[in-house]
Amino acid sequence: MPYNPALVAPMRAEVTRLGAKELTTAAEVDAALGDQRGSMLLFVNSVCGCAAGNARPGLALALEHSVVPQQVVTVFAGQDLDAVFRARQYFAEYQPSSPSMALLRDGEVVHFVHRHQIEGRSPKDVAANLTAAFDRFCGASVAQ
Amino acid sequence: MSGHVFHQGHAELHGITVVVETNGSRTYVGRYDSQDEQGVHMLDVGIHEETAAESKDEYIKRSAKFGIRSDHKHLIVPASEVARVTRLGEVFS
Repeated sequence: MPYNPALVAPMRAEVTRLGAKELTTAAEVDAALGDQRGSMLLFVNSVCGCAAGNARPGLALALEHSVVPQQVVTVFAGQDLDAVFRARQYFAEYQPSSPSMALLRDGEVVHFVHRHQIEGRSPKDVAANLTAAFDRFCGASVAQ
Repeated sequence: MSGHVFHQGHAELHGITVVVETNGSRTYVGRYDSQDEQGVHMLDVGIHEETAAESKDEYIKRSAKFGIRSDHKHLIVPASEVARVTRLGEVFS
């Protein structure tokens, strides 16, 4: 059963204020990922403080980097169930976990950050993981 | 809400994805919930049998890369069987 929307609203805002587009329905997910071009980071948001409490500020730090994905989108696990289910179908070889992050380039997952790679890590560590991937996969030479 | 933890008062590993190695042929990967006289309580747990074609290290490495294929929603690893508990993120990341 989804958490109280009022409880998660600040967690949604913590991501959307970074410029991430929130996808709350399967149709919105398909519109964003269906014919995805260039680089895109999909952030699977989560209530759990064990990991999400570091994932969101880690994302914020990473998006201050000089190289970032062309688009950032987000779905909220345990809240927008249809959207999350649909989003996970785009990276079905990866088992579901939340929070998690998928970096896509031209529709292919090129980097994935699982929950276990966030747990116990500082936001700075999470950001370092992401920015290394941004440098590798989101530069001008690879993402037009 | 940054850094907010909903699980105050729980064990240090509560909510953390761990590898539980045993004295027997099984290895468990999943989220650590708690530990009591029964053993280690885990959630969303994948199990590897040493007899499987895939080695234990390969299984753990695959779990680290692609996530954990959950075989059990909740499982207790008997205390007498637990040899070592390690964070998955520290084994392979």
